[in-house]
Amino acid sequence: MYSMKTVEDIRGLFPALQQSVYGKPLVYLDNSATSQKPQCVIDLVDGMHKGANANVHRAMHKLSDDATALYEGAREKVRQFINAPGRENIIFTSGTTASINLVASSFCRKFVGEGDVVLVSGDSHHSNIVPWQLACGAAGASVKAIPVLESGELDMEAYKELLQGSRVKIVAVEHISNVMGIVNPVKEMIALAHAQGIPVLVDGAQGIVHARVDVQDMDCDFYAFSGHKIYAATGSGVLYGRRELLEAMPPYMGGGDMVDTVTFEKTTYAPLPLKYEAGTPNFIAQASLAPALEFAQSLREGEIASVVEEQERSIIEYLKVALQEIEGCRIYGLPQRGDMEPGMPGSKIPVFSFNIEGCFPSDLAQLLDKMGIAVRTGMMCCEPLMARFGVTSMVRASFLPYNTLQEAEYFIASLKRAARMLR
Amino acid sequence: MTIKEIENEIVEEFAVFTDWMDKYEYIIELGKGVPVIDEKEKTDANLIKGCQSRVWLSCRVEDGKLYFAADSDAIITKGIISLLIRVYNGQAPADILANELEFIGKIGLQENLSPTRANGLVSMIKQIKIYAMAYNS
Repeated sequence: MYSMKTVEDIRGLFPALQQSVYGKPLVYLDNSATSQKPQCVIDLVDGMHKGANANVHRAMHKLSDDATALYEGAREKVRQFINAPGRENIIFTSGTTASINLVASSFCRKFVGEGDVVLVSGDSHHSNIVPWQLACGAAGASVKAIPVLESGELDMEAYKELLQGSRVKIVAVEHISNVMGIVNPVKEMIALAHAQGIPVLVDGAQGIVHARVDVQDMDCDFYAFSGHKIYAATGSGVLYGRRELLEAMPPYMGGGDMVDTVTFEKTTYAPLPLKYEAGTPNFIAQASLAPALEFAQSLREGEIASVVEEQERSIIEYLKVALQEIEGCRIYGLPQRGDMEPGMPGSKIPVFSFNIEGCFPSDLAQLLDKMGIAVRTGMMCCEPLMARFGVTSMVRASFLPYNTLQEAEYFIASLKRAARMLR
Repeated sequence: MTIKEIENEIVEEFAVFTDWMDKYEYIIELGKGVPVIDEKEKTDANLIKGCQSRVWLSCRVEDGKLYFAADSDAIITKGIISLLIRVYNGQAPADILANELEFIGKIGLQENLSPTRANGLVSMIKQIKIYAMAYNS
């Protein structure tokens, strides 16, 4: 369906990447925050607004049938993409944050009580911390964190100890840190938790983009991700859940579409997955997951897959060296073993957070912006991780397969210029 | 000079810059200038917290005129602060309250006042107005 042979062919499918900012070609390196959209996703959103805009699952008319078919088609596409057993395992949400809030709220109401513990990874995004704190507060339980080593990897020895003897009811772990780009050994962590009968939620906001996710092989109980980081329209999101748990947990929100029968005395709920999809869903954004994941899949197959892998590897190797050559530059999160294949546990994906001595991050970002480069600065929604490294802010450059090595080189040259101006 | 006259003076100074980087080079130079607030005044009470950078602001009154001192951990923010202080220092509270800041937009730095930048500048300007209001009685 796509005839992509080079990275330039991939770039050509993204209208947003063709623009200039402040008279300079746009170099978009804020991909961990959100991805740009390929033409196929833009066409789906546009086409659906024009031709198939009707509320899903509700009406006896052609437009609603078409919209429902696209919405449910996307669910099937998601199922295949992460190898879930069935459509009832795939809950559509508004994004990773909503997915984690759903589990935190519904799981904790059923399974977490006074004195119990929810264990989260120390590299967690705020959306894998705060929902658990809210739920634990209501239950009289507490949140504990798995410490992060100086290399940015999780302290597995500490993790094993935390699992022992304490009253851990669920573990919630980042698949890939949004700050450091380190792939955590989630499969091993899940096996360790399961050995104690503890279920595991994996925050896959970054993982879905950079690793090949097979939920059955990983054996996770929940896997949460957003559509917008993997080329789909904003407002789409997914929660994969193990069937028994989704059946056992109470609904998250009440409303239309999630019910079986309603009387003023008692309501029974719709079967999975609709039990967790109250109200009109963002059906157009969710439907865009189909072309988005097809596109992501096509980058992982055939000739283009090796081009993408090679490009990714060369960007990672180049940035590791080039950033460390800048005087006073510290990269946060360099795995102890530097030879892991990108995407495998213990490897680093092309996400680089750093600080340069004597240069304030937001100053660097403002100067880079004027040179056409979009990067992220600040706490990146990871205040505890910032505190772990004793800083209040970092600069982050994150890459996707449409970014070229030339862009990485221009980024480094511009960064050096900005640092010279500031020091 | 009135606030408007100082604003116009800054706009004229910036007119010479045709390149973004030159403009920022100049703002960075301003930011590197003399400290604009005493270390002992960098207290929590004077702190304006943003996600991206922090700003400290203090105010004293002399002969009915307001004098500000401020600092930031971001040097570009600090450069813009020094311009703001140049505009408002030694002005009467009533004049500060009546002023609608225009020069930042005119020299092309409007984006620095966007709330999403979270650099503390918007809150700093608000705080200057609050000081003016407090002393305008």
